[in-house]
Amino acid sequence: MADEAMAASRRGLSAKVRENIAGWLFVAPVVIILGLFLLVPIFMALWVSLTDWNGQGSPFRSGVPFVGLDNYRRLFAEEGLTRQDFMTSIRNNLYYVAIVVPLQTALALGLAMIVNSRLKARTFFRAAFYFPSVTSSVAISVVFLFMFTGSGAVNSLLRMLGITGPMWFSDARGVLHLFLDWLGLVDIENPPEALTSGGPFGLTWWEWLSGPSVAMCTIIALVIWTTSGTFMLMFLAALQDIPVSLEEASLLDGAGRWQRFRYVTLPLLKPTMFLVLTLGLIGTWQVFDQVYVMSQGDPAKTTLTPAYLSYRAAFRSFEYGTGAAISFVLFFIIVALTVLQRWVMRTRRS
Amino acid sequence: MNSRTRIAALGAACAALLSLAACGKGFDDQGSEQTQQSSGPAQLQVLIGSSGDAETNAVRQAAEEWAKKSGATVTVTPAQDLAQQLGQAFAGDNPPDVFYVEASRFADYASVGALEPYGDKLSNAEDFYQSLRDTFTYDGKLYCAPKDFSTLALVINDDLWAKAGLTESDVPKTWDELTAVSKKIKEKGITPLVVGDTRDRIAAFMVQAGGWIISPDGKQATADSPENLKALEYVQGLLKDKLLQYPKQVDAGWGGEAFGKGKTAMTIEGNWIKGALKADFPDVKYSVHELPAGPAGKGTLSFTVCWGISAKSKYKEQAIDFVEHMTSPEQQMTFARAFGVMPSRQSARDAYTKEFPEDAAFLNGADYAHGPVNAPKMDSVLADFDTGLQQLATTSPKQLLERLQKNTQAALGG
Repeated sequence: MADEAMAASRRGLSAKVRENIAGWLFVAPVVIILGLFLLVPIFMALWVSLTDWNGQGSPFRSGVPFVGLDNYRRLFAEEGLTRQDFMTSIRNNLYYVAIVVPLQTALALGLAMIVNSRLKARTFFRAAFYFPSVTSSVAISVVFLFMFTGSGAVNSLLRMLGITGPMWFSDARGVLHLFLDWLGLVDIENPPEALTSGGPFGLTWWEWLSGPSVAMCTIIALVIWTTSGTFMLMFLAALQDIPVSLEEASLLDGAGRWQRFRYVTLPLLKPTMFLVLTLGLIGTWQVFDQVYVMSQGDPAKTTLTPAYLSYRAAFRSFEYGTGAAISFVLFFIIVALTVLQRWVMRTRRS
Repeated sequence: MNSRTRIAALGAACAALLSLAACGKGFDDQGSEQTQQSSGPAQLQVLIGSSGDAETNAVRQAAEEWAKKSGATVTVTPAQDLAQQLGQAFAGDNPPDVFYVEASRFADYASVGALEPYGDKLSNAEDFYQSLRDTFTYDGKLYCAPKDFSTLALVINDDLWAKAGLTESDVPKTWDELTAVSKKIKEKGITPLVVGDTRDRIAAFMVQAGGWIISPDGKQATADSPENLKALEYVQGLLKDKLLQYPKQVDAGWGGEAFGKGKTAMTIEGNWIKGALKADFPDVKYSVHELPAGPAGKGTLSFTVCWGISAKSKYKEQAIDFVEHMTSPEQQMTFARAFGVMPSRQSARDAYTKEFPEDAAFLNGADYAHGPVNAPKMDSVLADFDTGLQQLATTSPKQLLERLQKNTQAALGG
């Protein structure tokens, strides 16, 4: 062995170093591509978010005005249309995330449990539940546009049940507002003075408490339906990993179905649950396709999301600095929520 | 590798990646220098935002004629998304020599120095309609030649009109007549009027009342004037009585679709409705009339596009010659026949009226039309105004206009 090592070092490089170099050479193409087309543009965008670049010529030439954190300050601290639009988009996306993530996780888990059980035609149902996820989001958005028109399929179904459906895509009223109005606590046409005067970040309390609008609800329905299939597959794989012996042991101990679910299945699903929740959070904070195709932020900016606002600010209004700043704020929000979620799930274990 | 070597390697990799940002040319600020002009045969790059094959073919043909005449080469490219492609071209420092500039985006481009102001080099600039010239004037300079224009007019469904028992003499000429006629139509169970829920339609009422969003010199906000308030209150009255509906409320994407599907007796749209109706709803019999006059007289909106020449072009002289050829009266009539736009030159007016007498209402609008807001950085302010207009039936017009005034002042001043 020592002879071989000495022979190798006489030839030049040791086996370990050669192995290292070979490894790096194999990985080099991907690193270069990712670096060039992913990392470098991200740093470039970070630079643009610190400038007031107007889109003429390269943002790295000498004349481009550097404004530091001005773009970020205008999003949070300076009273004006930029802050109002941004806060409206954050409010819309908050409600969207709060509704979509739990519902899509629960639906995916439910579907996975159904498909995992001894059901007839299991393969068919597995394909059927997964099918919406493979379709193009643009195509599905257009189909939903037709379904939810005033005289479309959904309203026809509701009419058969005796309910007059709303004009889905032109109804800007918030669901929470409608609920409070139905309870009789507030009048949606004349909200109380206490709520309509003053509020954080340029929006009134009444506007913050609006809930998703009726138009946003159609987008929520669309997204839950399309993404639950992918997460169903992840849960299915995890469910099939649960050893049957554990379930039999719990049956022997006299556990009912609900107890078995709560004390055996769920704890073993925790890693997958973490994955699904993280992916769900990331995906819902970045919603863009559906807004771009279906509503472009209308009606009354109730379907405006930060991702779409960033696009509109940069490419329609030529405010590239603001658009880049919005996308970085979004990045920080997603990272913060993921870290928070990880912390929450870790402490529960002990 | 030990950790120190690893850190050093990582640092070197980061530095290498960041140094890639130095790649590319043209980083020196050449804004103050004039781009080197080259005389002789030109190679013009023309980027157009075509409305369809008819327009692309017509423009290409005209460009070929000019190229043969002047011994140059011209490449006409129809853009998929003109605003985005122009944005990319400007950022990459190699914009096309000649390109379409929409009136609503004109001020943004002019204010950052992307356009060459060649209005003073045109042979007969006064021949273009005054309102169109005003639309493309920034900082007192005429920047580009309008290639054609459209105006809004009242489009009436002749069959539904007759069904409501109305005749040619009942066509409304004032706001009061419009309200009266709409009430009569509504009694017969027909939706009287469908108008798009955007400033690009409703601002016509503001012009008819004598108001506008900004002052004529483009420096001051005049959004909360009593004239604008009168206009919005009138429209709100029509909305509340259901005499005027928005397209989404009748399940249509725009006024022309509602009109073509027979859901409304009247709509307010521009010249483009002719092509849309011919293609999608050929059986609808319609006639075009001038919009009813408001308290300050007749008013309508004009939509126009100009031939912009890039400030960084190497062939400015040749480009101006190209634009002269494309906007000659004969060429404009050829385009009018090919894809249904109106010539922007007053000298072509008679020829157009003779050939297309049914479009007289559109053409007459040129005398009292107002172009889009031509101040920079107004895009998000106007989008916010559109949001307010969508809820005009339930919000206070005064609040809407105050909000618009505040935002406009911020955009113009800051």
